[in-house]
Amino acid sequence: MMTLREIQTHLDAEILCGEDQLDREVCGAFACDLISEMLASASSHVLLITSLTNAHVVHTAEVIDALGVIFVGGRRPAEDVIEIVKKNSKIPLLTTKCQMFDCCGLLFSKVVQADRKDPP
Amino acid sequence: MVFFFQKWYRLTGRIPHNRKDMAVDTFQYTPKINLEFAIGEKDFFMAGESASRVKKTLQQLGMKQEIIKRISIIIYEAAMNVAIHGSQGMLRVFITPEEIMIETEDTGGGIPDVDLAMKEGYSTATHEIREMGFGAGMGLPNIKQCSDELKIDTKVGVGTLLQATVYFTDNKGKTSR
Repeated sequence: MMTLREIQTHLDAEILCGEDQLDREVCGAFACDLISEMLASASSHVLLITSLTNAHVVHTAEVIDALGVIFVGGRRPAEDVIEIVKKNSKIPLLTTKCQMFDCCGLLFSKVVQADRKDPP
Repeated sequence: MVFFFQKWYRLTGRIPHNRKDMAVDTFQYTPKINLEFAIGEKDFFMAGESASRVKKTLQQLGMKQEIIKRISIIIYEAAMNVAIHGSQGMLRVFITPEEIMIETEDTGGGIPDVDLAMKEGYSTATHEIREMGFGAGMGLPNIKQCSDELKIDTKVGVGTLLQATVYFTDNKGKTSR
């Protein structure tokens, strides 16, 4: 378990919106660039990691009750996409310069480290 | 169930258009909610927006998270199908105490082989659509997986009518409310 704020620090990510909700506990993540795959396979209350930045990602995140969205590779959605989130679901959006593989690997290693220190 | 619609009435202050001839009292005992969205060609924004809006309504009605997620996925995928393949279309959502029916109707090219379209991975979407993260050939299989009943009526060159039903009751549905 990790909070969004810890994840933000690990990835040196920039917060695009939803800063007040960074204390949410994250217990899983789903990394993918296919919307249908997110809808079909992602469980509820996960962190979405993606390089897509269109409005569909944001709508998908709402539909699957995602805890937050991380855009990798320094990509950032357009202002109007961020506005949709601010108006509707207020899901935190973060952007990191890490590429997809590095981002997932880093978070995964942090989870493993935390588990070793404090076995479940 | 009466409570469910009293709550809807209190929240929205609206009577569905097909019930406007009835008094409010009568409405509360003949519950039905209809929602309608027009989806134009390549109107991807409306497709996503309709899913978000229906989801909000269902949350206000106090439905279970799991069933809301299933319904939202059906609406999102079905509405995207209309935006991608249908040239003009409507999305209608009919809610009764027993079930929710999601219907999309479009005037697109129709589906030549429905069995093939139901196969995971089969898609006729263009490169442009795939770049947006869609067109993985999972739309219809996704809808089927999430719904209790699925009917597709299609004619090549005329259009497609899709009806997906989710039951709230235990005996018929995959999950109860």
